[in-house]
Amino acid sequence: MVSDEGFSPRYDLDRWTGVITKPGHKLEGTSIVDKVCFFPTAKGGIAAGWAFYDIKWKKIAPKAFIFGVTNPVMVQGAVFAGIPITEGWSPHPREVVKTGDWVRVDPARKSIEILRRA
Amino acid sequence: MQLTPEEQAILGGGRGEAARRALQYQLEVGRFWGAKRFVPVSNVHMMGDIEVMGDAGLEFLRNEVRQSARCAVPTTTNARCIDFAHCERLGQDAGEANKERELIAALRRMDVVTTDTCINYQTVYQPHLGEHVAWGDTGTVIYANSVFGARSNFEAGPAALAAAMTGRTPEYGFHLSENRKGSFTVELSAALEDLADWGAVGKLVGESHQNYYAVPVFHGYRRTPTADELKHLGAALASYGSMGMFHFVGVTPEAPSIEAAMGGREPPERIVLADSDLDTVYRNYKLGNGDARLVVFSGPQQSLFEMKTLAGLFKNRRVTSGGTCIVTTNSAILKQSRDLGYAQALEAAGVTILEGVCFYILQNLSPMRERNRWTNMVSNSAKIVNIIGAHRFNTILRRTADCVEIACSGVLR
Repeated sequence: MVSDEGFSPRYDLDRWTGVITKPGHKLEGTSIVDKVCFFPTAKGGIAAGWAFYDIKWKKIAPKAFIFGVTNPVMVQGAVFAGIPITEGWSPHPREVVKTGDWVRVDPARKSIEILRRA
Repeated sequence: MQLTPEEQAILGGGRGEAARRALQYQLEVGRFWGAKRFVPVSNVHMMGDIEVMGDAGLEFLRNEVRQSARCAVPTTTNARCIDFAHCERLGQDAGEANKERELIAALRRMDVVTTDTCINYQTVYQPHLGEHVAWGDTGTVIYANSVFGARSNFEAGPAALAAAMTGRTPEYGFHLSENRKGSFTVELSAALEDLADWGAVGKLVGESHQNYYAVPVFHGYRRTPTADELKHLGAALASYGSMGMFHFVGVTPEAPSIEAAMGGREPPERIVLADSDLDTVYRNYKLGNGDARLVVFSGPQQSLFEMKTLAGLFKNRRVTSGGTCIVTTNSAILKQSRDLGYAQALEAAGVTILEGVCFYILQNLSPMRERNRWTNMVSNSAKIVNIIGAHRFNTILRRTADCVEIACSGVLR
């Protein structure tokens, strides 16, 4: 799932269904469940610390968070929940990947491979 | 990360399993940010309520208690999701309310001081210049870094709790002097006479520079700001921009001049904000179906002077029939507000005062919205207008007196 807009689980996400429900969000209506989520930025707030753990337990969490730039809260939440998280990318995802594509993320090698197009 | 002998001992289980696991977790977070070592902290502020933690988080806390987890430094809590005096009337879930009671008890067993406030920097603890703390609610962090010159990163629930267990936090972000310099300037030529205006500035600056390491330097303002004005500015910058720090020349301790705030660097960007920019912000909110039945003063909780202002504005007025006006604050300010008559004035006007919570955190908020058929939410807080969207409110920012007028007239303008 590739987003042009930043992310916060409290501001944007329905934490009972895993769907982005914030009115006007560019991905309103999209589910993040089991997706590799690309976000350019993180929004404010600290909910992610507990909320990522909560949605993982509810089985509605993403497979990984891929951020252009992120903030400590996203990292604290992802590490606590055991969800892979990365920051920084080259080239910009807009040039190489789109929503629906299949990708493999290898944080240790700092690589993201496109396996299959949508 | 380089560990001190004391930290090695914690990692070896010398201070118990909870502290060991906490330090292990902090190491992983610190490694992501390239932290070279830990820094001791003197105060922790953490988020922990059932709405955000869920059953999984509650089970985690139960486990901590089983392992005799104890805070190593003074630790307080953020606003929570249930005011037990109002939860039945608000239609909150009784089962979740019981879990919240259990959660609060668990925190107290760990020696956490349950202050239930997002304005701890106003009523609980005021760190000094250079003091390292581990705080979370982002509005508290930006206030601590900017206005006190203290040093904290955004510390989310489990991260803050870990810092409470170990008494330290990884040294990255705003704990390091090199990250505390300004990155661009903002000249304030606008009048900024209302708290909502300060939040609007935070929205304008934050939204266009959404980056934890972006540090705006405000200057040129016509007078000195008040604590509540800096509170609304900071809360909005943190919320819209994910920012952890700002400078305000001649006001905040690390900004005696623009040059000092910028660390001697030429600003790569200079912004000027005028009244017309704010007018545009207010004008751009969509009024939807014109529903004016929900007005909220929350996110952050009201200070004593904000309560006084609202009491004055609601004097001899009444919330419109069928309307709901909610004010949230903490227990300390509510007690003083009762002693001073502000609370009674608000209640006489039909305002609901909730204690120890913030509106956007409330348990069962989406079902509450549906049951009341609320579509719009009006507030003078730019922060809450930004963050409540996932519950499907259409939000509108208005100045304080305009909010009161909307609440009493039932007409949305």
